[in-house]
Amino acid sequence: MTRILQLSNLTKVFSGNVTAVNDVSMSVEEGEFITLLGPSGCGKTTMLRMIGGFEYPDSGAVFLDGTDITDTPPYERPVNMMFQDFALFPHMSVAGNIGYGLKISGVKGRNVQRQVGEMLDLIDLPGMENRLPSELSNGQRQRVALARALVRKPRILLLDEPMSALDAKLRQSMQVELLELHEKIGITFIMVTHDQTEAMVMSDRIMVMRDGMIEQLGTPTELYDQPGTPYVADFLGQSNMLPAVLNRSESGRLCARFGELEIDVTDASIIGDIDDRMTLCIRPEKVRLVDPAGDDLSGMETFEGDVQQVLYSGHAIYFTIALGQGISIILHHPLDTTLEAAAIPVKGERVICGVPPGTITVFSR
Amino acid sequence: MKQHTRNIRNFWLLFTGPAIWWSLVLLVPYLIMLTISFYTRKFPFHVPDFQFGNYLKLIEDPQYYLVLFRSIKIAFLVGVTAFLISYPLAYCLARKVTSDRWRLLLYVATIIPLWVSYLLRAYTWKTILGSEGILNSFLMWMGIIDEPNTFFLYNQFAMVITMAYIFTPFMVMPVYASLEKIPGSLIEASKDLGANRVSTFLKITLPLSMPGVLAGFTFTFCLSAGDFISPTLVGGPYSNMVANVVATQLGIAMNWPLGSALGVVLLFIVLAVITLSDRLERAGRINLA
Repeated sequence: MTRILQLSNLTKVFSGNVTAVNDVSMSVEEGEFITLLGPSGCGKTTMLRMIGGFEYPDSGAVFLDGTDITDTPPYERPVNMMFQDFALFPHMSVAGNIGYGLKISGVKGRNVQRQVGEMLDLIDLPGMENRLPSELSNGQRQRVALARALVRKPRILLLDEPMSALDAKLRQSMQVELLELHEKIGITFIMVTHDQTEAMVMSDRIMVMRDGMIEQLGTPTELYDQPGTPYVADFLGQSNMLPAVLNRSESGRLCARFGELEIDVTDASIIGDIDDRMTLCIRPEKVRLVDPAGDDLSGMETFEGDVQQVLYSGHAIYFTIALGQGISIILHHPLDTTLEAAAIPVKGERVICGVPPGTITVFSR
Repeated sequence: MKQHTRNIRNFWLLFTGPAIWWSLVLLVPYLIMLTISFYTRKFPFHVPDFQFGNYLKLIEDPQYYLVLFRSIKIAFLVGVTAFLISYPLAYCLARKVTSDRWRLLLYVATIIPLWVSYLLRAYTWKTILGSEGILNSFLMWMGIIDEPNTFFLYNQFAMVITMAYIFTPFMVMPVYASLEKIPGSLIEASKDLGANRVSTFLKITLPLSMPGVLAGFTFTFCLSAGDFISPTLVGGPYSNMVANVVATQLGIAMNWPLGSALGVVLLFIVLAVITLSDRLERAGRINLA
């Protein structure tokens, strides 16, 4: 895999001393699907725009295939963008929009027609050449915007929050379609989103950003199972962040005391120096309701609590369990297991929870 | 009272006032003018002898139809000149000025001249274009000419410049409005697809601003066609426009029927232009959403 894009020490400051991007460096491998993930204002869109040429960095450089394109205008970069609001030209038909870039490059009429037709087949909108953007649905518009960006065969396709204009159902199907498109075409995709589910489903690698800097860069699995900071742990998926006091017992085992409970966390991932006061990060789906009498408890640490809330969610139930001293934990129990309706704990009931310590991450405060 | 009835009553309450005003101020005078245009000229005024003679005179006598053509020509030239002056200004305001404060300031500065007396503004051009005016002095100072040029003033050139200047706000406002509505992402998308700044302007910005240009051109044309002051002040001897002839006919010549006929023809020309403009606007109407 070759490196297609190299960003070196990019910094961008907007008027009013707002540092959108703060000395960020990263590289992108050819053909990968990488996502810049973070909340509004974290700098991800500014980064994307600097790759596309719509913003010029105040310092730092952008290298594409080894060439410095930092100050190159967008019309000279072999990079194309799919805009968040699609930016379809309202005074041109679908064919006009898709063929726009081709005509600018000097491609002749018949070839333009042919390539536009091929693109329309690729995005599954055959025969729509003469429709106007105003006559299309949101989903159709998105595909046209995609086709328009891809028809010029760019080295990198940039996607700026591509799903934000779609409703939930459409979003899911588009995620799969984009993924399939990526596999089919094989070019590098760089996407920006604030939706962590989207990022995890679609990306080869995710770069979590915060306040203009990289918080963590890795594969979805790495980020989810081994979050490097509480921020990442909290941003991706759900987490229970429990303040705890750690101490070592005489036998060398590490114990975490939270609330009135204590569990052995020797096998957990510890991030940072071990201190008295740390934060336990426990994923709700890793915690189970257990029955000491019936279930196999090997490899699990257990603790007791009272059911505070029961939230039914179709495929699972979310329990909030109070652990004493104002601390509670959310646990996510799938409904495909042997828990019968009658056996579902109710509010106020005392239950026993189990969690494998290997799935816990401990962060220093 | 039922809601439906109340709605109807409210509609008429609101509508009646303006309707009466509009009828008295616009409809009635036009009807009077239309009626008189069919009367016959008889010393000292006119008699209600219905006839088409006045309109025939307009068609037959070159003195009159040439004036009409000239007025249309001048109005068209004014529209084009105003466009050439106003479009760059509106474009800079809408897309190049980044500071909101400056944009507001410059926009207001463009509109404020409308508050100044029209007569005064036309007079200003007399001083600028005249033999002892600023333009001539500047050219002599630059060494381009040796003595003052007399053909800046008192001709159709002067009229077109004067009216274009005066009506510029009417062109700037709609063009600015339509340029401002164009989403920035469209411009970026065009550049992203390989079009440089000039291409992007010609293919995206200009076409999408056309509704504003059309509206501005229509305003300017209609206002210029019936202009009276510019021909009088800066037009010179061979620049009579329709309004001047109408004034003469209604005034010294005491030929109200002929004057009215001329006025009616001008009215219909202007209405035709407005209708054409409306049709064009509808045909090209696109949804920018």
